[in-house]
Amino acid sequence: MQVAPSETAALNSYSPELRQQLFLCVLQLADTSLILGHRLSEWCGHGPVLEQDLAMANIALDLLGETRSLYQYAAELEGQGRTEDDLAFLRLAVEYKNPLLVEQPNGDFADTVTRQFLFDNFHYHFLRALKNSPDERLAAIAEKAVKEAAYHLKWSSEWLIRLGDGTEESRKRLDKALDTLWRYSGELTKPTATEQALQAAGIIPDYATLLPTMEAHLNHVFQEATVPVPQGVFMMTGGKEGRHTEHLGYILAELQYMQRTYPGMKW
Amino acid sequence: MNQSEWPLWEVFIRSKQGLDHKHVGSLHAADATMAIQNARDVYTRRLEGISIWVVESQHVHASNPDDAEAFYDPANDKVYRHPTFYQVPDSIKHM
Repeated sequence: MQVAPSETAALNSYSPELRQQLFLCVLQLADTSLILGHRLSEWCGHGPVLEQDLAMANIALDLLGETRSLYQYAAELEGQGRTEDDLAFLRLAVEYKNPLLVEQPNGDFADTVTRQFLFDNFHYHFLRALKNSPDERLAAIAEKAVKEAAYHLKWSSEWLIRLGDGTEESRKRLDKALDTLWRYSGELTKPTATEQALQAAGIIPDYATLLPTMEAHLNHVFQEATVPVPQGVFMMTGGKEGRHTEHLGYILAELQYMQRTYPGMKW
Repeated sequence: MNQSEWPLWEVFIRSKQGLDHKHVGSLHAADATMAIQNARDVYTRRLEGISIWVVESQHVHASNPDDAEAFYDPANDKVYRHPTFYQVPDSIKHM
């Protein structure tokens, strides 16, 4: 991609250290959307009803669009000649920095909805704040993605309420999904050293400032769903530092197969 | 109808230029809120519209095809119902 002069100037205004941190952070955001988008795409053709099959494919495509913008920016920040495809398809599992939540298996529809809601509630509020970033590229990406994320959150909130306050069966499944997935929700707002450096520089929002609105929305949805908010659960972390659950390897095996088998292939 | 199946809804979309909502198809949903969200996902993926109406199919009442002869054929030979039997004055443009 051709870099406009003004963008080059903006990139050069960062110190080499900050630029490296920003590269890692943008990569983490890109990995997150890529892996969750891929997970959702696994539903394609297997949705419980046609309408929801399409809804999940729509969300997957939104996330993939965001992923591409982020990888393109990451590639420019790195400046080593790697492309968005290299970053997406030719790294090892430990180099992926997505939080553990998004790599968890689709399970049943309740698992997918729960995973999506926990992510959307963070993603939407994060993007809304990121729109004000002094980094123009991140602000522009957030500006576009936040409208999509607003719909994702509406979709997953609506479904969480329906499953929680639905039938005995749907409630049982939602309870089971929360049992499995809640433990991965804390990592989203627990900043790594990289994120802390960028928060200190004012480039990405301080997660502590997002928590009140996130919690308010979550409490509202759980109340509507008649589901108690889980308390005192030990939170799993590590994904954002490359320590993943066993699931990521399988995702990458499928995701990277074509580029590994036919290097440089295009279609 | 199978109890476990959601009712059918008819979907109407108004396009950006359009003044009226046009019927675009149908879908299944548990209630109106879900029907509108489903319609958004199924029928507005390619910028088709800026407004959605949904109505449960069971509330749409249709004419009976068996009545077609009695209903429509009598209009066949009543060409005088079209306003084409008078001269448009020259001073009227764009008719």
